[in-house]
Amino acid sequence: MSKVLMKGNEAIARSAILAGLDAFFGYPITPQNEIPEYLSKLMKEAGKIFVQAESEVAAINMVYGAAGAGARVMTSSSSVGIALKQEGISYIAGAELPCVIVSVMRAGPGLGGIQPSQGDYYQATRGGGNGDYHVVVLAPESIQETVDIMKQAFDIADIYRNPVMVLVDGLIGQMMESVDLDKPIKKRHIEPKTFITNGTDYHKGRNIVNSLGLDPVYLEQHNLALQRKYNEIRKHEVQYEMVNMDHAEYVIVAYGTVARIVRSAIDSLSKMNINVGLIRPISLWPYPKKAFDLIPETCKGILVVEMSLGQMLDDVLISNKDRYKVGFYGRSGGMVPDPDEIVEAILHFDEKVVD
Amino acid sequence: MVKYERSKGLTDLRTHYCPGCTHGMIHKLVAEVLDELGLLGKTVGIASVGCSVFSYDYINTDFQQAPHGRACATATGIKRVLPDRIVFTYQGDGDLASIGLAESMHAANRGENITVIMVNNATYGMTGGQMAPTSLIGQKTTTSQEGRIKAQHGSPMKVSEIFAQIEGAAYIERTSMHDIAHVRKTKKAIKKAFTYQMENKGFTLIEVVSTCPVNWKMKPREALDWSKEHMLPIFPLGVYKDVMKP
Repeated sequence: MSKVLMKGNEAIARSAILAGLDAFFGYPITPQNEIPEYLSKLMKEAGKIFVQAESEVAAINMVYGAAGAGARVMTSSSSVGIALKQEGISYIAGAELPCVIVSVMRAGPGLGGIQPSQGDYYQATRGGGNGDYHVVVLAPESIQETVDIMKQAFDIADIYRNPVMVLVDGLIGQMMESVDLDKPIKKRHIEPKTFITNGTDYHKGRNIVNSLGLDPVYLEQHNLALQRKYNEIRKHEVQYEMVNMDHAEYVIVAYGTVARIVRSAIDSLSKMNINVGLIRPISLWPYPKKAFDLIPETCKGILVVEMSLGQMLDDVLISNKDRYKVGFYGRSGGMVPDPDEIVEAILHFDEKVVD
Repeated sequence: MVKYERSKGLTDLRTHYCPGCTHGMIHKLVAEVLDELGLLGKTVGIASVGCSVFSYDYINTDFQQAPHGRACATATGIKRVLPDRIVFTYQGDGDLASIGLAESMHAANRGENITVIMVNNATYGMTGGQMAPTSLIGQKTTTSQEGRIKAQHGSPMKVSEIFAQIEGAAYIERTSMHDIAHVRKTKKAIKKAFTYQMENKGFTLIEVVSTCPVNWKMKPREALDWSKEHMLPIFPLGVYKDVMKP
C-alpha cells in the first residue's frame, strides 16, 4: 500500500483501468481533458479500446453499443458535453445497459466558464433525457474517494444494469493529492452478462438491446419494472457521511469539494463555541433522505451550501419534511466559497432561511 | 426442381411494412446473404429510427436499436469490442444523411469495419412523408407542399458520391429495387459489402434506391417506375468506391 501524488483526472483514468475498463469513448472538453489524454495512452498499452469520437453524442452511442456488446465501458465529459449525452443516457437506462459516465462540472449555463461549479446537480440527478429513468449519481469529495468510487461505480452499473455517473467538479479534476490506488473495495456478486449482443452462436436465442415500446401496456410494465429496480437501488446504494452531529446547533449539508470547505468552517465555528454538524451526501441519487432523521433535537437549522444557486436544496427540503428551518448559501459561475463566508452564513442564519 | 424455402435469416414474423414497400425485400436480401455466407450466428445488426426500426423483429440475428442517426456510432462501439463479429446498420435516408450524417461520415473516415445498408426512398416514411435530405427538386412532401425548392431546401444529398470521397471507405455502391434484375444486383452488392467486412477491408455502404408508395401517393408499380424515371437520373447507379479496384 503505497501512495502516489496524482491529479484528479489522471486518478479517474487510472482507477477505471484498475476497475477493469475495456473501452473508453470520449470527446475533448475542459476541465476533463486529462482523462481521455491519459487513457489514450494507457488503454493502448493495455490492449484495450480507446476511441476519440466525433462528438459527445457519438461517444455516448459508442458506449451504448459497447455496453450492449458486453464491455466494461465508460465516457467522461463536462456540463455542456453531458447535456449532449442525455439522449444516449436515456437510451442506455431504457435498454438497461451498464456504463460509467464521469462528469467533471464546469460553470454554466450555456457555454459558461471552465471554473469549478456544482451547477449540474439537476442535470445529474434529474437528467435531461426523456422518460421515467434514473442514473445512480456518486459525488466524492477527495481524489482518494474518487478512486474508490470509480471502482464501485462499475460494479453498481453491472449489478443493476444501469448507468452510474461519477459527479465531480473541476477542482477534483484539476487538483493533485496523494492517493492509494490499490485500496481494495468490497467484493460484490455480479451476474454473468446473458443479455449481450455478441451473436447467436454465443448464447441461447436472440438478444436484442432495445428501448422501443409502442405498446403502452408493455411499456408501462417495463417502466414499472425499472421502478422496482430503482427501489432496490434506493434500498442498497445510499451513501453518506455524518460529521460532528452530537448536540449540533446547526447542520450544514454539502457534497463534493464544498463539503471540504465546510469542514474548515465547522472547525472555525467550533473555536467560537458554535457546534455545527455536517451531512455529506455521497450518493446524490439515491439521495440519503434517512440521514435527516438522525439530526439531533438541538438543531436550530439546516444550512445548504453549494457551488450553485440552490439545486441540491430541493432534495434537502424534501428530506427535511418541514422539521427544521432551512437556509441556503451558494456561489456560482465558477466562484468557490471561502470558509469564512460559510461561517458568516451560520452566524447570520436567519437571513439565509428560504421559504 | 428448385424448391423455394424461407431464408433462415428471416424470423417467422410478418413485416409491418406498407403494401409495395421494398424494405421487406431488402431485409430478405440481407438475411439471405448473411445465411449464405454462414454469418447469421456471428452478426449483430443495428436498427435505426424510421420505418425500419423494427428490422430487429425480422432479421434473425442479434440486434441493437440505436437512437435516430446514431447507428454508425453504436456499430462502432460493438465492432471495437467484438472485432471478429459482423456488424451492420440498416438505416434510412433521414437517419443516415440528415440527423446521422456526422456519425456515419466519421465511422467511414475511421475506416470502421462495418457494413451500412442505407435505404433511400426520398422521404421520411414513418413520420408520414416529410421532406428528406434525398427528396428530389420539385418533389411534393408534407413539409415541402409546393415541391422541394433548391434555393430554400437545398438539393438532394448524394450519399454514395459523398462517401466515396472518404479515405476510410472500402466499398460504396448504389443499387436500386425497381425491377428483378436490379434486385439481384442489390443482393450481389450486399454480399460484396459483407465479404469485404469479413476480409477486414473497412467501411462498406450500399445505398439502395427504394420506394414509398403510400407517402408518394402512388400504386406500388407506379412507385417503382417513378423511382426508375425520376430518382435514378439524380442518383445514378454503380460502384462509387472499391478499394480492390483503385
